[in-house]
Amino acid sequence: MDSKKQRELLHLLEEDSRMSAEQIGKMLAEPTEVIERAIATLEAEKVIVKYPALINWERVEDHPYVNAMIDVKVTPKRDVGFDEVAERICRFPEVKAVYLMSGASYDLSVVLEGKTMREVATFVSQKLATLDSVVSTATHFILKRYKHDGIELEDRDEDRRMVVTP
Amino acid sequence: MSMQLSVKSRLSSTVASLKPSGIRRFFDLAASMEGVISLGVGEPDFVTPWRMREASISSLERGHTAYTSNAGMPQLRVEIQKYLEERFSVSYHPENEILVTVGASEAIDIALRAILDPGDEVLVVEPCYVSYEPVIRLAGGVPVFLKTTMENQFKLTPEELETHITPRTKAIIFCYPNNPTGGTMTADEWKTLLPIIEKHDLLVISDEIYAELTYGRMHDSIAALPGMKDRTILISGFSKAFAMTGWRLGYVCATPDLLAGMLKIHQYTMLCAPTMAQMAALEALRHGRSDMERMIESYRQRRNFVVDGFRQIGLSCHEPDGAFYAFPSIASTGLSSSEFAEKLLMEEKVAVVPGDVFGESGNGHIRCSYATSMEQLKKALDRMESLMGKLS
Ligand SMILES: Cc1ncc(COP(=O)(O)O)c(C=O)c1O
Repeated sequence: MDSKKQRELLHLLEEDSRMSAEQIGKMLAEPTEVIERAIATLEAEKVIVKYPALINWERVEDHPYVNAMIDVKVTPKRDVGFDEVAERICRFPEVKAVYLMSGASYDLSVVLEGKTMREVATFVSQKLATLDSVVSTATHFILKRYKHDGIELEDRDEDRRMVVTP
Repeated sequence: MSMQLSVKSRLSSTVASLKPSGIRRFFDLAASMEGVISLGVGEPDFVTPWRMREASISSLERGHTAYTSNAGMPQLRVEIQKYLEERFSVSYHPENEILVTVGASEAIDIALRAILDPGDEVLVVEPCYVSYEPVIRLAGGVPVFLKTTMENQFKLTPEELETHITPRTKAIIFCYPNNPTGGTMTADEWKTLLPIIEKHDLLVISDEIYAELTYGRMHDSIAALPGMKDRTILISGFSKAFAMTGWRLGYVCATPDLLAGMLKIHQYTMLCAPTMAQMAALEALRHGRSDMERMIESYRQRRNFVVDGFRQIGLSCHEPDGAFYAFPSIASTGLSSSEFAEKLLMEEKVAVVPGDVFGESGNGHIRCSYATSMEQLKKALDRMESLMGKLS
């Protein structure tokens, strides 16, 4: 499969990971087996990492859920730079994402998910702030998510067209 | 004494005799029902890309709210020139060969009005866009229909063209890639028609509104062929490829004498196309290429999917190379297009447009637009399969 088709395949899966290989095959005018093989290869190469569902938890009742973004300033260690402390932070299951940032007044951006604000606060004060290289933290709670991973969570565009037109 | 008014007598005989659009009738029927899946929509299912919307908003904020020059903003005409040259190798001068119109629709109207004298015949390649016939009649012309068939992939053949030419024939109008069939013509196929067009000194009105929506190869414009620019009126617009139907923006290109004629009608009836829309179009041509390509990719994928789907449920279907319509044959069911479309709507709640709405040669077919979500397409195919089961 050529690289252009491979990119199309990835876009389709990103849009809807539940699409069957048969359907994708029809859309890309390729036999089902070719699609299956391509997907297997992409999985093996870790291009496709996971098939998650995007859930708007705010719509789920009684689901206590808080998100925070934490700016973390660290002193880099000789030889390993920021990587060592970043990897340690990654290992906490509460942590959803860790990014090394440029141009900011902090070094690492840590995205955290917890059941309550207290849980997040405890994590920051007892686990994150106590790490050796961490100099300071600033915690920002996310109050509402409007758009996530390219999807607008509230105002999904509906089809505004007339039923039949020229 | 009160006067008796008869509405009919107050309308011109031409207007009074125009048939209401068959699409309209079907729309009214479908719109009155709940839960209809529609394959009847002849417009993109994408919202105009944000880049164009934003350009228009920002031009409003800067107060660009006045008329533009009659022919359209000069910088837009320059972009149109560059675009046509780059994409389709046709070159028109932005000064006096390009006119920005209120949709391709206005362009079709003024092109016909500019060239027709009462009684002039216009050849119309059928099945065709629903407006050609009435607009020809409104301009005083007489439409003469040329047939195309699925066996021929809905291409116009030299034989069909030649047999319908009379001393009154002034022009020929067609749309390739075609609405409703999705048929296209290659440069070699155009070339077989040129000797006849030249011999009879025909003007060509080429509606190329779907030019960007071709799958697997580039669109060949008839205007790009040797000797054809001088006799071709090229019409296009932003509605389809850039998903800008509501903006009402199109353009027409022709030699200076023809364009001057059209410009007269345009300036007395429209003054100019909407300024905000011209701003958005400028952005579309300058920076909208990748947005457009993304949409085309998606139409192609869905085309592949639905054509396969139709064939699997027993409807023979030509693989359309362009536009976003499939035009499967329903002849095997023994029903007429309207009967089939009506049954499909009433029993399965799927709206399609009966093929005969686009002219007699569309009978035995239905037009299915695949500019709708995969989810809807899948459901529509399931429902059509269920109808086919009941009919067999
Ligand atoms: C063949 C053809 N020409 C012209 C038009 C109208 O285009 P516009 O929106 O630019 O007026 C359409 C719309 O369906 C069409 O299918």
